[in-house]
Amino acid sequence: MKQILSISGYLAVKEVWRNRGRFLLVSLVIALITLLVLFIAALGEGLGNGNREYISKLDAQLIVYQAKSDYLIAASRLGSDRLEEIRGVDGVADAGKFGAASAALILPGDEDALKVALLGVEPGHTGEPQVVEGQQLGSDDANEAIIDRSTALRTGLVPGDTITVRVTQGTEFEFFELRVAGATTGQQYSLQPSIFVPFDTWDRIRPKSAAEVAIPNPVANVILVRLEDAKQVEEVRQRISAEANDVEIATLKEAIQALPGYSAQQSTLNTQGGFTLFIGILVIGGFFQIQILQKVAQIGVLKAIGTANPLVAIASVIQIVVVTVIGVAIGGLLAFLFSLTFPPTVPIVFNGTTSALAIVALLLIGPLGGMVSILYAVRIEPLKALGLSS
Amino acid sequence: MTTYALETKSVVKTYQSDSGVIQAVDDVSLKVGAGEFVALVGPSGSGKTTMLSILAALLQPTSGQILLDGQDLASMSDVDRVTMRREKIGFTFQANNLVPYLTAVENVELMLRLNKKLDKVGKLRARELLARLGLGERLHNLPGQMSGGQQQRVAIARALIHNPSLVLADEPTASLDTERAYQVVETFAGLIHEQGRAGIMVTHDLRMCEFVDRVLSMQDGKLVRIYTGKEEIMELVKGGRH
Ligand SMILES: Nc1ncnc2c1ncn2[C@@H]1O[C@H](COP(=O)(O)OP(=O)(O)OP(=O)(O)O)[C@@H](O)[C@H]1O
Ligand SMILES: [Mg+2]
Repeated sequence: MKQILSISGYLAVKEVWRNRGRFLLVSLVIALITLLVLFIAALGEGLGNGNREYISKLDAQLIVYQAKSDYLIAASRLGSDRLEEIRGVDGVADAGKFGAASAALILPGDEDALKVALLGVEPGHTGEPQVVEGQQLGSDDANEAIIDRSTALRTGLVPGDTITVRVTQGTEFEFFELRVAGATTGQQYSLQPSIFVPFDTWDRIRPKSAAEVAIPNPVANVILVRLEDAKQVEEVRQRISAEANDVEIATLKEAIQALPGYSAQQSTLNTQGGFTLFIGILVIGGFFQIQILQKVAQIGVLKAIGTANPLVAIASVIQIVVVTVIGVAIGGLLAFLFSLTFPPTVPIVFNGTTSALAIVALLLIGPLGGMVSILYAVRIEPLKALGLSS
Repeated sequence: MTTYALETKSVVKTYQSDSGVIQAVDDVSLKVGAGEFVALVGPSGSGKTTMLSILAALLQPTSGQILLDGQDLASMSDVDRVTMRREKIGFTFQANNLVPYLTAVENVELMLRLNKKLDKVGKLRARELLARLGLGERLHNLPGQMSGGQQQRVAIARALIHNPSLVLADEPTASLDTERAYQVVETFAGLIHEQGRAGIMVTHDLRMCEFVDRVLSMQDGKLVRIYTGKEEIMELVKGGRH
């Protein structure tokens, strides 16, 4: 076996090296496909991440929605009485109200206000992001905010600065001044830069419908639940639905899938990536098939002088693998270099696992595409190949 | 009783075609001893290439036996036939002889490589053999950088390097000028005699028979005449082209 590998490796490498121009061209095609696939994956990751980041990083296992809200955060309304019920359920370690709204940041010297997600969380409870700089939120109604890194990057804000938040109330603009208490990282919400404020502050400044204005008690969108034992998700979920009225409960995974546009976006990008891989298989397959047709005579010679079939097949496989690996390596390097030039506002994230998966898939396109040509090579008859039989 | 390196018994090869059955090789029995160089001649279509392909274990006969060092090529498995081609047979074809992405010396060494015999001595022998065939300056040329005749000589070196029992050559002089042709066949014959191989060369050029020990003449698939002895052969040679 070692012998076969060394001879077929020798033949494969010699052939690639002596025809390096042609093989490099194929490697470059593979490199471009790699670049495309990696970027589609990174875009999928970036968009998906921007959408789900806050929720996926929550220190919570369950999200409680108003019944029949179809796990849509914006459609769900839960009052403080629900919070008390849920906090009382066995196995619940903590629960926090969460509210999401849209607002704009007025930046000095900048014409356009920056659209942000204005998120209400309970200081000290589940849902409040950990700051990496500055301080956590103070009290329930402090005029403070934690800003996400993506917000900080776009605005240059640092803890201690004062920001002006603009909210559309009916047809009027309302303005609020908040002090930046701290900055957190990787907490985008709904593809928007996010700012987190204490829940009561949130309820005070968020845009409200006429009906909502009349309600005295603050109303949250959903309640985030942290369990005592993260493994007991099913049990606690059943207990909550038994003890709290008019709610539906999602795991984080279910909640993410239900984010507006999330599944559709991800499946679109996955399909695109899949198609690109498929086209890659066809391109590589086509190339190696054409090349094998041109190589009939030389493979005939090899077989005539006593080269066994497995050796011929393995040489073809090695060749395809070499060309594919070089192509994927070049493509990966290009993708990496390009990624350095993208501004933070472009939602492209090279995630280790996703990129690794994409690379494995890319490394498979060569052998998959070349399969037919290998079968063809194995079936070449030396006598016919040499034109000795008419 | 002498044992022969190669012995065929009643070899028959028939082809089915639209116009009926063609007897490409018809009941051919022959013997070639070690160290003997034999020419196979005959008009076009007489079955020379077919016979040679059968001897090279590239083609299965319809019936008959081909004993190479006592082993019957006709009755062995495909895998064993591949092994025989690699270990016991050397072959030069009419065209497309060499692996295009290997240099002259690499092509010759390949034969040793396949037989797991590529060592220092083997490498040296490959270079010596090529030098002897007049290719000392062309060791590192790719086939595409050599003339047809040079390629043909590389193929001869490759056919001999692994010490096969049987060396087969189909028209080795087809692409050479007369001067070169003589030179190459003479060297070829010398090597076969020296190393004790059984050699068979198909040729259209009867002048090349000057260097062989016997001439087998085929017609319509049959072995019709055998020329033995210097005188008989020289008569044939003087008769000119077939
Ligand atoms: N694969 C095949 N199918 C059918 N007939 C064939 C096949 N190969 C050879 N023949 C026939 O067998 C006969 C002998 O052919 P072969 O090629 O052995 O002749 P040859 O002596 O080598 O001729 P040339 O001197 O022209 O090379 C011819 O009549 C040829 O048409
Ligand atoms: Mg012929």
